[in-house]
Amino acid sequence: MTRALHVQYFAILREQRGLSEEKLTTGAATPLALYEELRARHGFTLPGDRIRAAVNDEFVAADALLREGDRLVFIPPVAGG
Amino acid sequence: MFRISQAPLEPIALQRALTDDRAGACATFEGWVRNRNEGQPVLSLEYEAYLPLAEKEGARILDEARGKFALLGAVCVHRVGHLRLGETAIWVGVTAEHRGPAFEACRYIIDEAKARLPIWKKEHYAGGTTAWINCATRGEHAGGVSATPPKSG
Repeated sequence: MTRALHVQYFAILREQRGLSEEKLTTGAATPLALYEELRARHGFTLPGDRIRAAVNDEFVAADALLREGDRLVFIPPVAGG
Repeated sequence: MFRISQAPLEPIALQRALTDDRAGACATFEGWVRNRNEGQPVLSLEYEAYLPLAEKEGARILDEARGKFALLGAVCVHRVGHLRLGETAIWVGVTAEHRGPAFEACRYIIDEAKARLPIWKKEHYAGGTTAWINCATRGEHAGGVSATPPKSG
């Protein structure tokens, strides 16, 4: 089963991906699975265990189930303040 | 009140907005852009935020502070964009009847903000190199920053 998602990138991920957002279709069922897929494709340097995820503007667990049409954001280690 | 600001922060105006006749204490914290991190000369900082979630999470932190401490008012504003040395990156201000809760809540808010807000900081160094703070990968050289997460802010 595949799902169409909207993915948004910030900071180091945005630079390594070369764009801020994209639409994609994936067989990955969770944010972590999709991150690992994209990491292999785009050479993201951060390992999956240092990335958090948000779906539809709320934090979710790395193993949350992704649904058709979700807006997914990968959150690299934060550094506000 | 929590918000993200593109425009420079104005601490005097922010503090004036907390004016309250019931308050006997006002504690504020300002995070400034400083010229060194982990021994490297820093020229400027760039902040980027995931706005909708940063605003939600910031509001949650202020709600938590109100729940934990006897506060009258609580404000936190985080700047985004390209900041020069000495500019204010974050401003926290709280009011309370007494100084104890004011100090404690101010500390709570800045600590939680740094740990939880989806905001990122890129340092620009002399010589033109840059690095996203806390994003260096172990064993890897990321713009001259060591693999140890730098203490900053």
